[in-house]
Amino acid sequence: MIVMTTDTTTTPARGLLPLPERTARLTTAAGALVTALSTGLAWTWSSDFPGDLTYNFSPAGLQLVTLVGGLLTLLLAASALGVRGLQWLTPAGRNAPTLLAALATFAATWFTLISIAVQLGGLINLEPGGLLAAVASLITLLGALALPPDTPGDTAPAGGWQRFTAVLAASPVRRRTRELPSWAEILIIAAAFAAGLLAFTYGIDTDDGAPFVGYLLFMVLAVPALNRAGLIARLTALTRNHRGVALCAAFLSAASFPFTQDTDQYTIIGANILIFATVALGLNVVVGLAGLLDLGYVAFLGVGAYAAALVSGSAESALGLHFPFWAALLTGAAASLVFGVLIGAPTLRLRGDYLAIVTLGFGEIFRIAMLNLNGTTGPDITNGAMGIPNIPNLEIFGFNFGEPHEILGIPVATYGNYYLLMILVTAFVVLVFRRAAASRIGRAWIAIREDETAAIAMGINSFRLRLLAFALGAALAGLAGTVHAHVVTTATPEQFQFAGPQPPNSAFLLAAVILGGMGTLSGPLVGAALLFLIPAKLDFVQDYQLLLFGIALVLLMRFRPEGLIPDRRKQLEFHETGQLDVPDQRLPDTDATLGVTKAKA
Amino acid sequence: MTTAPSLAPATDTVLKADGVTMRFGGLTAVRGVDLTVGSGEIVGLIGPNGAGKTTFFNCLTGLYVPTEGTVSYRGTRLSRKPHLVTQAGVARTFQNIRLFANMTVLENVLVGRHTRTKEGLWSALLRGPGFKKAERTSEERAMELLEFTGLAHKRDHLARNLPYGEQRKLEIARALASEPGLLLLDEPTAGMNPYETRATQDLVLAIRAQGTAVLVIEHDMRFIFNLCDRVAVLVQGQKLVEGTAEVVQADDRVIAAYLGAPVDDNTTPDDAADPAPTAETPPTTDAPDPGGAPSADTAPDATPPADRPAQGPTGDTP
Repeated sequence: MIVMTTDTTTTPARGLLPLPERTARLTTAAGALVTALSTGLAWTWSSDFPGDLTYNFSPAGLQLVTLVGGLLTLLLAASALGVRGLQWLTPAGRNAPTLLAALATFAATWFTLISIAVQLGGLINLEPGGLLAAVASLITLLGALALPPDTPGDTAPAGGWQRFTAVLAASPVRRRTRELPSWAEILIIAAAFAAGLLAFTYGIDTDDGAPFVGYLLFMVLAVPALNRAGLIARLTALTRNHRGVALCAAFLSAASFPFTQDTDQYTIIGANILIFATVALGLNVVVGLAGLLDLGYVAFLGVGAYAAALVSGSAESALGLHFPFWAALLTGAAASLVFGVLIGAPTLRLRGDYLAIVTLGFGEIFRIAMLNLNGTTGPDITNGAMGIPNIPNLEIFGFNFGEPHEILGIPVATYGNYYLLMILVTAFVVLVFRRAAASRIGRAWIAIREDETAAIAMGINSFRLRLLAFALGAALAGLAGTVHAHVVTTATPEQFQFAGPQPPNSAFLLAAVILGGMGTLSGPLVGAALLFLIPAKLDFVQDYQLLLFGIALVLLMRFRPEGLIPDRRKQLEFHETGQLDVPDQRLPDTDATLGVTKAKA
Repeated sequence: MTTAPSLAPATDTVLKADGVTMRFGGLTAVRGVDLTVGSGEIVGLIGPNGAGKTTFFNCLTGLYVPTEGTVSYRGTRLSRKPHLVTQAGVARTFQNIRLFANMTVLENVLVGRHTRTKEGLWSALLRGPGFKKAERTSEERAMELLEFTGLAHKRDHLARNLPYGEQRKLEIARALASEPGLLLLDEPTAGMNPYETRATQDLVLAIRAQGTAVLVIEHDMRFIFNLCDRVAVLVQGQKLVEGTAEVVQADDRVIAAYLGAPVDDNTTPDDAADPAPTAETPPTTDAPDPGGAPSADTAPDATPPADRPAQGPTGDTP
């Protein structure tokens, strides 16, 4: 008994498997190397499996995921082994990221091989290359499981689950040892965004079904690996130093997406993601900044879409007008703005839950009103359930958005045009959001969200500012709605529901904001992209789509309540970490003052 | 009567509350209270718990609309909208700290500047030179206030992470950012240790030195009597006494209100008969209330009058 206790207190915390630390590291590195190499071999003999994994020396499809995973694990393991020149890869934890990367590689590889076996009927369909990949990724994982936790606790954790969480625990990011020149930092930002674009393009281009699930499995584990390694924290710090550059890089990489596409198959998804993301960002003004729960936000997208549809020259339009695009854009935004003020003025005097109920009602009223304005149950304005179809393609300065074009010598498909147009609208909304948030008005919104009574006592006219947030959010949604009407070419009531399996609906919008991170700029954009892409790609689970989606939301809110890209405030709110909010350069400062107060005492 | 209170109303009146009455249904929380605060004056408002001090504050700042009576600031009647009250020049702090917990220290003070800046949404979106200038001035002014309250080194901390005493200071800095002519402090030293209380006392004096009148609710008698030119006592919604510290301290009714009626002959036999239980029981019932040893400042108000007939007079003599 005594021996046991001394044993547990003196020995450093162990990994999950009993292996010497150095052996474990070497095993991991070697396994990762072999895993990466195995993607050079054919995994199966038949090209029936999507992605065609039948070539030697030419990784394709899901093999690319395994290749990237193997290399990532290898690099992280090498960095943990102390290889010179790789230390920058792990500014925070060393072992947790290695384990997560190994896990990601293992999951993606085994998922691929199992789905090959299942889809093609039996293990016989696996080539030796595939078996090698299976064994190598398993060995990598076993090696990584033997790595000790990054932050050895005071007492050895007792239960298996505790040991598991200890091994995966995050550790604080170390201070930077040397400063990089400014151009190098900008290069790193550019490279990071390019890598992000590549990863995203790969995801959007993968075939539905098994390949996308494999990709998703990998990403779900690999991104936390990068996070545990501290790379994401480093990148965030860099982008904070070079905000303008980071924004440019983000938009350039986003704008280059249609140039990577030959057909319209995925550019339409891209365009829809941007519309969805823009509306989510508009909702973020209302929910994230001003703290107003709006459950009927999609109605403002609908108002914009209908307004644009009515004035954009559709043959079925009751008005029969054909405005130029800029005028239609303004009409859509203005119509939404008017509705925002009309709904907001009487209801924004209410607090909290009441507002949510009223907005929920408004969303449904809008949809049903559009259904009923069909000529039989009301005046014929919206054509009822049929909607306003055949909205002609946009034409700006003779540039017809309905035809493929060559831009800078690279062919861009039809929806690529709309995608690029939408990029401009998104950029505008991003600009509005950023500038509004970082101003007297934005501070007043946040103050109202934090404590309305105190905000009023500070001289903030809470009703007026809430109305302003509501109206601004509505106008931004109307703006996106205008483009939405042109992209889908019809405006029907059923596009603007409270909840449904297709993304632009109020529930999904709210989920995108909360999932991404309330009050942040990039949060809703990322959240919206995921919320659109995942349901679109997981078509084959149609019946269970909403169920899986719900489970994913619950899990995310349990383990990361602040959202994927948290507001600094929220992060601190949900994870009490003492003084971690203190900016880097101010740490010595506070130490000094601590000393002073101690001296005084 | 010393010179300070007689001088102050003569100069000019910052705040004048006239017969303020606040009823909640059948309950009259504040009944016909008159109060004036002269410029450059520090006026204290004391009274037992539940006397209606905070309700009275809320009536002054427009958070409650008084059932009867008027409140005027520098001769003009105050609006019934709280944000307009602040704009007019009356700022306040709260009894239970109400900072914007997830904003940084600097942002909190910048929010306080809201009424003194005009930049609207268009200005924020277009970012003209006027906007940048206004932001810079606001930030400079906010930093001055943080220097003034000694929080400048914590400008980028979240308000929620400040220690208690500094949160109180920040709330004062935020209120000062609205450039008030009158500052209402609702128990600024509640929960502070003697060291912090003294620092707050200096801070309030420094605020007065800058020309801002102060009306302060407080339970810490030493703090009030050291600081205030005039003290008003509120008991059960009514103003009992108003005057200098000496006048209020000497008033029997105040002592009675805080500690119960003076000990009469019917209680003395009990005291004489068994002094041991009365001497021993109060500390035990008292221990969880104040932080450490029961001090003369905090003890009287912390316990209901009826609990401690024996200790009352001894507690008040210093």
